Amino acid sequence: MDITIIAETNENGLHPVTSQMVAAATSLGSSPTILCPGGISTDSAASIDGVSAVIGVEGDCFSSFDGGAWSSALNSAIGGGTIFTAATPNGREMAARVAAARGIPVIQDATGISSGLTISRPIYSGKAMEEVSVSGDCVISIRPNTFTPSGSGGSASVSTVNHSSDVSVTVMEAIAKASERLDVSEADIVISGGRGMGNIDNWGQLEAVADQIGAAVGASRAVVDEWGLSHSIQVGQTGKVVTPTLYIAVGISGAIQHLAGMRSSKYIVAINKDADAPIFGVADYGIVANWEDALPALKDALSSL
Amino acid sequence: MDIAVLIKYVPDTTAKISINGDRVDESSVSKWSISPFDEYALEAALAMKESSGAKVTAITCGPTRSEKALRDAAAVGADALVHIIIDDLVALDSTKIQGLLAGAVKQIGAQIVFCGKQAADTNSGSTGPGVAELIGAACVTNASEISSDGDGFNVLRPASSGSERVNVGAPCVVAFDKTTSELRRPNVKGIMMAKKKPIESMDSGALGVDVSGSAAIINSQSPPPEKSPGQMFDGADSVSEVVQKLRNEAKVI
Ligand SMILES: Cc1cc2nc3c(=O)[nH]c(=O)nc-3n(C[C@H](O)[C@H](O)[C@H](O)COP(=O)(O)OP(=O)(O)OC[C@H]3O[C@@H](n4cnc5c(N)ncnc54)[C@H](O)[C@@H]3O)c2cc1C
Ligand SMILES: Nc1ncnc2c1ncn2[C@@H]1O[C@H](COP(=O)(O)O)[C@@H](O)[C@H]1O
Repeated sequence: MDITIIAETNENGLHPVTSQMVAAATSLGSSPTILCPGGISTDSAASIDGVSAVIGVEGDCFSSFDGGAWSSALNSAIGGGTIFTAATPNGREMAARVAAARGIPVIQDATGISSGLTISRPIYSGKAMEEVSVSGDCVISIRPNTFTPSGSGGSASVSTVNHSSDVSVTVMEAIAKASERLDVSEADIVISGGRGMGNIDNWGQLEAVADQIGAAVGASRAVVDEWGLSHSIQVGQTGKVVTPTLYIAVGISGAIQHLAGMRSSKYIVAINKDADAPIFGVADYGIVANWEDALPALKDALSSL
Repeated sequence: MDIAVLIKYVPDTTAKISINGDRVDESSVSKWSISPFDEYALEAALAMKESSGAKVTAITCGPTRSEKALRDAAAVGADALVHIIIDDLVALDSTKIQGLLAGAVKQIGAQIVFCGKQAADTNSGSTGPGVAELIGAACVTNASEISSDGDGFNVLRPASSGSERVNVGAPCVVAFDKTTSELRRPNVKGIMMAKKKPIESMDSGALGVDVSGSAAIINSQSPPPEKSPGQMFDGADSVSEVVQKLRNEAKVI
């Protein structure tokens, strides 16, 4: 089957989900073509195992993100077949637009794909799953960290095309992150704190542990709202959905809206003083303890690794 | 300025979702609500109405029960209400839903569409950008702040390096994340007025969308995979043991 992948790139180059999308495509017996928006990272895309060709799509519109312009330019470089994007905010937007332009369905946030084509995906923030089957071509966005990435010994051919489109979303002002911390939706390890941490003065202790293991810091909505933390670190239904390999929840009760944002993490550690806290229902390792004791112990144990 | 706000009526996020046969059992849902991000979209439109006299039309597509979403929107200030009656939304793929909503937007002649970044049931985030494509509009997603600048809007959205303020002019679709605005609550007068507000119903035929034959079909909906119970430890003394397990058993640190 013909699959074209729209690479996910950012200022650091190729996002790891690109290689995961290739793995999803090869599992269907396809040797996909990768399109690199703005011609970024074509060489690293070409080195992913199983890729048949890489096309850098260059054009003026790629200097900042305008989903309409990007998808119109990229769409011109895609023949028929099925199209994959990453289930990131930009990837989802392009998926929807390319599908609408082609009059084919879009299925977002796939966590499983089998030939046929059958796609599984979470709905109701993970409270249920759904299996969708598609006849004909479609656009599918792939949830990051659900497919094991493809290897990196490939040497696909690289070419460049020029396509641009009118930009109607102009960037007026870029606002840097309040802190240089990792983004919760990008990080491999996320350590989140909740109301059980008492008050904002204790937050530094959480950050100290995060820094030690290169983790991003997340938070429950309760502390984002009550302690005035940035909404960008909120995990959950009305915050970010994260799928790190390790999620550590400290003083978080595990309300359904919080679980919605983190229950698909690969491993979950919960630290809570209440043995009946619902967070333990999704934890792989549950520690019933006060954070005042557990966090310093965690710091010590990590530093002696 | 005419603003169309797309609001979907969904099981409340606190409601238990159970499965009957191979579908989510809608009849057992204890509470239905306007999807949370759509409420922020509606709030932003109502703020525009106050500041610059925008006319706000709430549009919903769904079965008879979704009329309640429109009444709730009217109670906080929506000026006009449109109901595209579809009995089984789950049977329609993105092409059909977006076709219906884009058709209704065209019919009322709105150049500006506000909607949620994703619905609480589908969690897709397809509809805003898809409708934008169909009506030939620009789209900004994940908006967390918005202000009118006369010809267009300044919108705050996330960017990989932090966030950015972007400008977009009509025609446009803005898909909202949670904003910092407090949601307004209806008062008694609003609720009374909303009861009498006429609802314009539109059917798929009039909108030119053939609702049969979706290319993507839901085979089944099911409970999430059971997670096997985790290991429990007592007291801070066990932390070092857990860290060892994270290293040797889970191999994640
Ligand atoms: C529409 C809607 C959307 C929502 N979206 C989100 C969302 O995106 N994200 C989100 O997180 N929430 C969301 N919520 C809120 C959610 O329902 C909960 O209110 C919130 O997650 C609770 O935060 P918490 O766990 O930090 O606080 P609490 O529920 O107050 O839990 C604190 C926990 O800390 C424990 N604790 C107390 N002291 C200690 C100690 N010394 N050591 C260790 N543990 C201790 C307690 O046992 C308790 O379990 C949403 C709610 C609604 C209605
Ligand atoms: N049936 C519908 N009726 C009205 N608005 C909808 C409908 N479906 C989706 N929307 C709007 O589109 C947004 C994104 O939905 P989705 O693409 O399903 O995640 C929602 O938050 C609503 O604003």
